[in-house]
Amino acid sequence: MADTTSTCAAALRQVVVRYPGRPPIGPVDLTVAPGEIVAVVGASGAGKSTILRLLAGLEATSDGSVFRGDGRGRTGFVFQNATLMPWANIQSNVALPLELAGVPRDDARRRAAEALAAVGLGDRLAARPRQLSGGMAMRASLARALVTEPDLLLLDEPFAALDSVTRRRLIEDLHALWASRTPRPAIVFVTHDVEEAVYLAERTVVLDAASGRVTADLPSPGALPRPDGWRSDRSFREAVERLADELARSMAAPSGAGPEGVAA
Amino acid sequence: MTRLLPSLILTALLLAAWEIACRALQLPVYLLPPPSDVAVSLIQRAPLLLSSAAATFWMAFQALVVAFVIGGGLALAVSLNQTSERAVRPLAVALQVTPVVAIAPLVLIWAGLDHADRAVVALAAAVAFFPLFSGVLTGLKSADPDLERLFDLYGASALQRLIRLRLPAALPFILEGLRVAAGLSVIGAVVAEFVSGSGATQGLAWRLLEAGNRLRTADMLAALACLMIMGLALNAAVGAVEGAVRRRLA
Repeated sequence: MADTTSTCAAALRQVVVRYPGRPPIGPVDLTVAPGEIVAVVGASGAGKSTILRLLAGLEATSDGSVFRGDGRGRTGFVFQNATLMPWANIQSNVALPLELAGVPRDDARRRAAEALAAVGLGDRLAARPRQLSGGMAMRASLARALVTEPDLLLLDEPFAALDSVTRRRLIEDLHALWASRTPRPAIVFVTHDVEEAVYLAERTVVLDAASGRVTADLPSPGALPRPDGWRSDRSFREAVERLADELARSMAAPSGAGPEGVAA
Repeated sequence: MTRLLPSLILTALLLAAWEIACRALQLPVYLLPPPSDVAVSLIQRAPLLLSSAAATFWMAFQALVVAFVIGGGLALAVSLNQTSERAVRPLAVALQVTPVVAIAPLVLIWAGLDHADRAVVALAAAVAFFPLFSGVLTGLKSADPDLERLFDLYGASALQRLIRLRLPAALPFILEGLRVAAGLSVIGAVVAEFVSGSGATQGLAWRLLEAGNRLRTADMLAALACLMIMGLALNAAVGAVEGAVRRRLA
């Protein structure tokens, strides 16, 4: 198993999670290579968020094992909501991970300012979270996740609450941020939007609605970042259709899990 | 000021109606003196009433501090461990639902009859304890669960989590608790003074009792007016602090 850890950014091996009063999730196998972008799709309740929390070490396994980089700040996490501290300004919010790790305050604040500049918020350092739009708050949240220069970035439906224009812009920016870093961080991205998965990721894994197992692992065509107008490209449309079919199949399981909450 | 105007007008109308009713019906002054008599008593007895108000206020304030330190400290300790919360909360509720009048004679005995002021502080603190304990505890647990996860992810220590996350998140709840507790501590102090029933405390409640015993109704009402003004002022002061902090935090 030792060789596995050296060649991947994170991995789940036969991981099972049991919650009281619910069918268990898993066993799940998932390997994330260094620097790759993986999307995770599945029905509501299939365990998408659980997989992210397992990869972050925020959730205990009932069975199986989790491999992840050691050390604080090796993993960044972006939640569904921006999850900023309302009582602190944006710069303090972004400096938090560094300060918790004992980085001197001035140094932490300088690096936070740089991270905010990289997401286009360099002029809003003193703003409070409530003064930001949803898209800007999500950018600040992204800056906070990147400020420690992690090798693994976990995103839990971060753009679900944003309008489609802001969402598309943030996806382009995420690609640019990812490409600008050396080494590139691995990204695991949970979404229930099939187009978003194909566009953003290099491959997409589909979780079974009933068990949370990985039922399909589909590569996205083309290279990152995406060329202009790629959404109307035939290869994109075909990949979206293929993924939508797989997702529908994952939800047709006899458990009777419905397709609610799943946007194609 | 514009916001206060309607209630000021209503108060003036009620006082005027009271004055007119007293004069028209020729009520005996021991039954219901007109507000003008109360005003005269307020002015004539101002030095005495002020020193009594200061005594009551000082006891209530000490009680508030004691209740804040004990209630807040206990809530902090309990917030770190769920079992201890289950152990402590029922006892805190038991203290809250026990009428202060009922425990006052006991506390008076324990404090010593020559130390009625200590008993008053203790009783007022017992009344003010619960909203502070409950407010601090609720506040400390009110932080966004995803922010708690973020602190887990970055390996925050218990102290870092408390200072950077839970206390700031708790602040509005703590201030709300303080506002409720400030009013309760005055009520607790007055009730305790009543029960102690001696002049040892020299607070506003004693002025009420003393005037009542002499059937000087206007003096009673003057002392009552002082209590009312004190309660309103206290409430407004804590409310102003609360508002200022909220504006800074939100």
